[in-house]
Amino acid sequence: MQAFTVHKGIVAPLDRSNVDTDAIIPKQYLKSVKRTGFGPNAFDDWRYLDPGEPGMDGSQRRPNPDFVLNQAPFDQATILLARKNFGCGSSREHAVWALTDFGFRAVIAPSFADIFFSNSCKNGLLPVVLAEDEVQNLFEQVEANPGAQVEVNLEEMTVTAPDGTVFGFTLDEDRRHRLLNGLDDIALTLQFADDIRAFEERQRREWPWMAL
Amino acid sequence: MAGKTLYDKLWEAHVVREEPDGSTLLYIDRHLVHEVTSPQAFEGLRLAGRKPWRGDSVLAVPDHNVPTADRDKGIADPVSRTQVETLESNVTSLGLKFFPMADVRQGIVHVIGPEQGATLPGMTVVCGDSHTSTHGALGALAFGIGTSEVEHVLATQCLWQKKTKAMQIRVEGELRPGVTAKDVVLAIIGRIGTAGGTGYAIEFAGSAIRSLSIEGRMSVCNMSIEAGARAGMVAVDEKTIEYVRNKPQAPTGEMFERAAEHWRTLVSDPDAEFDAVVEMDAAEIAPQVSWGTSPEMVAPIDGRVPDPAAESDPVRAEGMQRALEYMDLKANTPMTEIRPDKVFIGSCTNSRIEDLRAAAEVVKGRKKADNIKLAMVVPGSGLVKQQAEQEGLDRIFLDAGFEWREPGCSMCLAMNADRLEPGERCASTSNRNFEGRQGQGGRTHLVSPSLAAAAAVAGHFIEPSALKEA
Ligand code: SF4
Repeated sequence: MQAFTVHKGIVAPLDRSNVDTDAIIPKQYLKSVKRTGFGPNAFDDWRYLDPGEPGMDGSQRRPNPDFVLNQAPFDQATILLARKNFGCGSSREHAVWALTDFGFRAVIAPSFADIFFSNSCKNGLLPVVLAEDEVQNLFEQVEANPGAQVEVNLEEMTVTAPDGTVFGFTLDEDRRHRLLNGLDDIALTLQFADDIRAFEERQRREWPWMAL
Repeated sequence: MAGKTLYDKLWEAHVVREEPDGSTLLYIDRHLVHEVTSPQAFEGLRLAGRKPWRGDSVLAVPDHNVPTADRDKGIADPVSRTQVETLESNVTSLGLKFFPMADVRQGIVHVIGPEQGATLPGMTVVCGDSHTSTHGALGALAFGIGTSEVEHVLATQCLWQKKTKAMQIRVEGELRPGVTAKDVVLAIIGRIGTAGGTGYAIEFAGSAIRSLSIEGRMSVCNMSIEAGARAGMVAVDEKTIEYVRNKPQAPTGEMFERAAEHWRTLVSDPDAEFDAVVEMDAAEIAPQVSWGTSPEMVAPIDGRVPDPAAESDPVRAEGMQRALEYMDLKANTPMTEIRPDKVFIGSCTNSRIEDLRAAAEVVKGRKKADNIKLAMVVPGSGLVKQQAEQEGLDRIFLDAGFEWREPGCSMCLAMNADRLEPGERCASTSNRNFEGRQGQGGRTHLVSPSLAAAAAVAGHFIEPSALKEA
């Protein structure tokens, strides 16, 4: 996993709440058996005026000029700003892969859906929870000054707005540690293989029907 | 000290290791796998040279992409075909349990798990699918995971989790005639909102929940995620135990009795404390129809499409306005005047035998209305289909002009050939009414099987009891 320490970049304001994972990556693209290549179809239904299918040539499609990610400088954004309950709906990790493949490194919102939050942390995409008024403040700054850069610092757990205001956020220590170091979860867990085996032995003794 | 919740009990029974910050290595008993969220996990495993930790914990099945008609011709769409073939080659090369498309036991993963006794009370159950909460109806801790976690469970049989808060949703009293489990859960979501359960494990309780069959409880737990909760569950009672008895993978004989004795303890203690409690009066719940693009946007069948102008919160009002535009609906329209173009009876929410019986009861002796271009029934599994055919339900549907299909997810998410065309309106027994969910530009109204059947017959939404005599 790509480590996350400090990142500074352009913020794309996506002024919607309850952005669901069907919207982030529509189902026709879930047929891929790969982890990459989802970026051109991130937010496909909102981003293009013509219906998209896997394998289409992006340059031949009609972009929706009203959609924020089609507008300069937001097409170069690496931080996404949205309203509450971001990433709700289906568990598809493809939604996270679509955002990272587009180039996003962090998403800032007042709240996230649980599965999306967990999926993001496992792919080096930092979900940053700020208070609603702080998110509102960022929306205002970014809209007043498109292209202004925001810094997200996981070491300090701060977001620095374009006007220099610093907002603090939190992330549990375990996730923070893994993200800062880009650690492989499975290798870490396998250090506890003996504990897992001991658990299995106990379960087989007490509740033998569980592993029939 | 306060007693334990069902969630506490299930959680504590699966802790392998706990770190000082509360991160817990949780043991997973059953791992359900489907073709959409698993290929990258199997690839990751292969690249790292790892093997499944406990292959016999896996049950794999293709469901999202499979065709529901002309199965003998295979899958026409080459991309879908590759995904299903990839699943087959991944699981067979590792010797994992698998029901291919041609197997009568194939079906939607959340229908076949309980049907096979692969998911049992007291288990931890995961699947790369957010509707895994369905299995919580058996008194299990069941939740959806992402693909990285699928790989992690394959490799280690465990997941790192933090215990969430516990919420009890208590529905007390008697449900009115014609009100189903689906109406109960839609009313709950309408009340607490799509983020109301975020950060919680929900236990559904109260006399109205206990009065539901196990299949009804599955419909309720299924939509926990639409209320924001990863897990939903119902305490074990004698109905649970009778449901599990004689299922193919369930224990038998003396072992079953021993297990049942343990399962009876899987209830919240009377003095257990929840972090949040929501109480609802069963008698106040009417049959529900969703009008918008989020499952919390529901109205009673005798109600009207709400007016954004009457909403005080501006962010909400804008969301409602956007939804009405997408749905092409006008504020204050009576729900009974909304006319669908298509009707879909299926999905992991409502495709079990009781759902099909409820729909067939409404359809019996009647005909599909002329404005309904397509009414399709997609059983949740090959075994449900077989059972329905033995009971003659297929004839009832076919005689009324419905289509009777092969099992799979189908038009719940339109990854196969079954989908809405832009602008088409659908009465659907599925669980999500997001923009484009059933096909780009498609408009979904979530309802129960009996309401979907009634809409197919009348050509507009209507309470089944208000239909003219068959
Ligand atoms: S029926 Fe629908 S909600 Fe259920 S598993 Fe299939 S696609 Fe997901």
